[in-house]
Amino acid sequence: MRIFDPHIHMTSRTTDDYARMAAAGVRAVVEPAFWLGQPRTGPASFADYFDSLIGWEPYRAAQFGIVHHATIALNPKEANDPRCRPVLDLLPRYLDKDRVVAVGEIGYDSITPEEDDAFERQLALAVEYDLPALVHTPHRDKATGTRRTLEVVAASGIAPERVAVDHLNEVTVGTVRDSGCWMGFSIYPETKMSPPRMVEILKQYGPDRMLVNSAADWGVSDPLLTLETGKAMLAAGFTEDDVDRVLWRNPVEFYGQSGRLDLTGAAAGADEPTFAGSSIKRGGS
Amino acid sequence: MTSPERLRAALRETPREEWVDAALTAASERPETIGRSFTQAGRRAGRTSLPGEPGWTADEAVRALLLAALPADRAETEIGDLYRYGDADEKRAVLKALPMLAVGSAGLPLLQDAIRTNDARLLAAALGPYARHLDQAAWRQAVLKCVFTGVPLAEVFGLDERADRELAVMLAAFADERAAAGRPMPADAAALLGRLTCEES
Repeated sequence: MRIFDPHIHMTSRTTDDYARMAAAGVRAVVEPAFWLGQPRTGPASFADYFDSLIGWEPYRAAQFGIVHHATIALNPKEANDPRCRPVLDLLPRYLDKDRVVAVGEIGYDSITPEEDDAFERQLALAVEYDLPALVHTPHRDKATGTRRTLEVVAASGIAPERVAVDHLNEVTVGTVRDSGCWMGFSIYPETKMSPPRMVEILKQYGPDRMLVNSAADWGVSDPLLTLETGKAMLAAGFTEDDVDRVLWRNPVEFYGQSGRLDLTGAAAGADEPTFAGSSIKRGGS
Repeated sequence: MTSPERLRAALRETPREEWVDAALTAASERPETIGRSFTQAGRRAGRTSLPGEPGWTADEAVRALLLAALPADRAETEIGDLYRYGDADEKRAVLKALPMLAVGSAGLPLLQDAIRTNDARLLAAALGPYARHLDQAAWRQAVLKCVFTGVPLAEVFGLDERADRELAVMLAAFADERAAAGRPMPADAAALLGRLTCEES
């Protein structure tokens, strides 16, 4: 089984996770810019974070044979802090980078006017930089937030097939499917979505425009729940081709719309470290 | 050591020459355009190795030429910004270009930044000809970091000319630690230590 995790925050994970993921068949990941648990207080902190997403983290991933791309944005929660608003002016520099394959995560957290503004401005940046958009849906008041999300997306002029609306569940999947956007599901140990529930959703709606991710971060989460979902699909009678479509070809198709997805090295597996990828495994310095 | 003329000649063997010419002219006449052309160099001009200039790829050569095309009064600021906001490939291209840019020692903080990272590609790129601006203590530490992180010492420009007795002492201590841990000393480091101690005896 080859796996592309289209949403995982590797910055918060250890090399043990990379090793387990590589062994489980994860060959590619996309790491969306998001919040870090501890709120940030200014744009310089974000610049260092973005640098890490396009510098250190892909380097770390490559040492385990995993190809790493990023999405860049000011996330909705921190969009509410006036000290972080200048991050919006930093974005153009980063949205042009080779390994940036979407604008994200954008969308709503508490559904405030500040979030409205940041969401609209960043959808416009997605159009300007010819990038897809990864849209987070709020964990509270999700159904309302999702409906409002789809209205803002429609008004922005971005093509719906270039937008993934994430963290969906049984209640919100239908409206997103009808909108023409991609549907993202975050499989979590306890909250959001579970492998058995995901299988039921796939049975009902089919594999078109479906993205399954672990969204693993600094909270209780598990980077191998993509694999568990693939296994649950097979056990429920889906074919290996269905699994490959959902766990590999769909994310390749979605992020491939950026024209910047470069999966060179994804099939090679974890090679012995060379000079271009060495110091972590060696335990050096 | 290469030069802008040699890089330009090596690039003539690759496609997309029109884009490269236009971007270079723009960088010289309207330096504010370099931000986007520098970032997009890989997507626009490709990333293949240049047969005419071993050790250089097309995107690195284009980025070096863009920096060399900047007007003198804008060069230092733009180069600092492009490095600061660069991804790893962009940073590496700036480091490799430094020896052929008319910035004197102003690029030294970029070198020091690269040596602080744990990215072997940046460390290697920092130890080219421009490393002559590093003081001897910093240079020795950087060489030792190469040994630690697996950067081949062949990447270090002018290694034998600059390696000194103090570096031999540091390498010998490192060899002792490795021996105590039952781990091998990298062959190129052992060879360098051999050459340095051989000269003394």
